[in-house]
Amino acid sequence: MPAVHPSRRTKLSDFLAAVFGHGTLGLLALEPPGRGSFLLLGLMNSIMIAVGATILGLTIGIAGACGKLYGNPVIKDLCEVYTTLVRAVPELVLILLLYFAGTDLINRVLAVWGYPPADINGVVAGIFVLGVVQGAYSTEVLRGAILAIPQGQIEAARAFGMPLMLMLKRITLPAMLPFAIPGLANLWLIATKDTALLAIVGFNELTQTTRTAAGATKAYFTFFMAAGALYLALTLFSNLILGRVERWARRGLPSVGGAA
Amino acid sequence: MSVEGAANIAPGQAPNGAAEAIHIENLHKKFGDLHVLKGVSLSARDGDVVAIIGGSGSGKSTLLRCINCLENPTSGLIRVNGEEIRLKKDGHGHSVPADRRQIERIRSRLGMVFQSFNLWSHMTLLENVIEVPVHVLGVKRDEAIATAEKLLARVGLAEKRDVYPAFLSGGQQQRAAIARALAIQPRVMLFDEPTSALDPELVGEVLKVIGDLAREGRTMILVTHEMKFAREVASHVIYLYNGQVEEEGPPEQIFGAPKSERLKQFIRSIG
Repeated sequence: MPAVHPSRRTKLSDFLAAVFGHGTLGLLALEPPGRGSFLLLGLMNSIMIAVGATILGLTIGIAGACGKLYGNPVIKDLCEVYTTLVRAVPELVLILLLYFAGTDLINRVLAVWGYPPADINGVVAGIFVLGVVQGAYSTEVLRGAILAIPQGQIEAARAFGMPLMLMLKRITLPAMLPFAIPGLANLWLIATKDTALLAIVGFNELTQTTRTAAGATKAYFTFFMAAGALYLALTLFSNLILGRVERWARRGLPSVGGAA
Repeated sequence: MSVEGAANIAPGQAPNGAAEAIHIENLHKKFGDLHVLKGVSLSARDGDVVAIIGGSGSGKSTLLRCINCLENPTSGLIRVNGEEIRLKKDGHGHSVPADRRQIERIRSRLGMVFQSFNLWSHMTLLENVIEVPVHVLGVKRDEAIATAEKLLARVGLAEKRDVYPAFLSGGQQQRAAIARALAIQPRVMLFDEPTSALDPELVGEVLKVIGDLAREGRTMILVTHEMKFAREVASHVIYLYNGQVEEEGPPEQIFGAPKSERLKQFIRSIG
């Protein structure tokens, strides 16, 4: 096997340096003039919104799934309209609609009552918008998971006189969890990346801070690669946690297909 | 109930002294056009073991499930512990419980054992047994655990208390389900074909537990295909045919000297 000529190695590093831009990796440093701290701040904002949106989405999803399964005809129809509309409209449009039109609407209502216009907090708005979107998808994931519970377990809860809310808390929700986790894990990962859409309304999440940093330094490749790496790291970390949650949720179920 | 003497018989007190536990009168159940129960009556006093037998589709499981309103009867009267279950018609003309609280209260004193066990899969056996006492009946957790351990020991599952149901045999699961039902200190135990889903070699261990309960004087209503067992433990046997009581009486009469031609045929066919 012919040894790699030393000059070829130099050429490779030269090539990488050329692609990233000479000396641009230093721009990722946490201390100024490095802009790494901005990126991390953006990442924290993204995570905060994703967590908030997921919690709001799960809450809406549980209510929506129960409404669709157990509600009266009016509630069932309302839930159906909600999931259909939200899943039909592109998220970007929903974000623009809810953010701009929503702010406008709130301020008009405030004006009617004689209050000064409010400044809508970007984090709250982001959590609200993504939460409403997540809620529509969670409704369907949770509805499917509840339907997958062996009916006998629900029947046993009824037969022992459990009131509805207690049954939901003690039996229905824990028993449907193993069937819901894969779908909910998908939704969480989508939520982490949907935060990037909030860049359109100027919210300082990871994509927006990356764009600012890249624009200011012209080191586009370096910063967007760094942002990609941060999103990847978040996903890998999430997978680790979700794997544990799933193992816990499936504690009462034998493993599938004889696998250990 | 401690009411003595004929002068002041409390409602629900049967004339012969033992209190009435379950009383059913002229019960009808329709599923759409299908008329499953056509005027069935049944009565069980404390200490009675009533066995309900009959071919598949005779309505015996439906009858049992009407007692705790897992199925809502179309018409008729059901009294549990002297308390009449109040029913009303909903918007579609189906009959539903008028008072959900009443149904929940009545259900929490009826220990139901299902054909397919229906243990809660996300709970260990111990958690299954203490669930209703702690969360529905308000028993203190440590008391409930002490009772549950005794009950699990009684059905021979003391060392399986921390195992999840899916890792146990059908016979073990059904014995745990019986412990779960006993934990609520039921006035009446309801058994819905408790051995029909079991492998033949596991039937015996479950029947032994149920037989012991019958012998210690527990009130129970038992839907079963195990004729030999019914003859052994029942104080009263009801043969259902096509949604009606075809014949009923003490086990010696039902199995020893059946009158109805259908019952004779049924006993022959089941061997």
